[in-house]
Amino acid sequence: MKKAFPILGALTAILLGYALYEALVAAPTEQTMGDVQRIFYYHVPSAWTAFTLFLINFVASILYLVRRNPAADIIALVSAEVGVVFCTVVLVTGPIWARPVWGIWWAPGDIRLTSTLVLWLIYVSYLILRRFSSSGQTPTLAAALAVLGALCVPFVYFSIWFFRTQHPQPVMGGGGSIDPRMLHVLLINWLAFLCFAFLVCWSRYRLEELQRDVDHAHAMQSLMDPRGSVR
Amino acid sequence: MRGNPYLFAAYAAAWIIHIVYLSTIVSRYSRLKREIEELKKIRS
Repeated sequence: MKKAFPILGALTAILLGYALYEALVAAPTEQTMGDVQRIFYYHVPSAWTAFTLFLINFVASILYLVRRNPAADIIALVSAEVGVVFCTVVLVTGPIWARPVWGIWWAPGDIRLTSTLVLWLIYVSYLILRRFSSSGQTPTLAAALAVLGALCVPFVYFSIWFFRTQHPQPVMGGGGSIDPRMLHVLLINWLAFLCFAFLVCWSRYRLEELQRDVDHAHAMQSLMDPRGSVR
Repeated sequence: MRGNPYLFAAYAAAWIIHIVYLSTIVSRYSRLKREIEELKKIRS
């Protein structure tokens, strides 16, 4: 597995470079918005990647609640953390795109924007709980929070069907339409982001395993030498 | 593609966010390696 990581890393770097070229150069220029529409190729795949990671977090959290499997707990933590990073990209690139197109950075009260921000806050709360709570019940509480947080994901995605909003209709499964060449570039970028997210999750998973081993070793050391502080 | 400050800002922001996060992973890994070395010294 250790040998596969650099190979996958190199392939992902090539794919990300190709996806960037496709987004900035090869994709056709949108007639109304011009070049600024190319933000779409980072904004939307980042959102889809975040949603995918939150779905993985949901499944892993259910698995942990049912089986108390430590590996599922680590997968839940890692997928939430990387999902928050991608969701942050969505929340940053969205206003940068909105400013030249809508004339405002943020549409207060807009359901898609507000629900995405709430979703981000839920998962940030999840990570804060994981980081600062030392209770033995933390993984269980976090898993319960993750299950509730995941229920917000379909609401965020389909909110623009049910409420009046400034945000455009969804590209997939909604009323929107897209040029096939643009869809091709969009899917390439999503694939590149998924590969990148997988590698980051993999690194983070190994790091978390190592962290738990070190914590266990510290605890054992304290038991063997209760007078000395090892930290 | 003509130069567009918003387009540049969005792409740069996305990569800055990812690079900052990756740097936190690297720093956490470095800290863990130091802790492992300290534990090895204590045990030997």
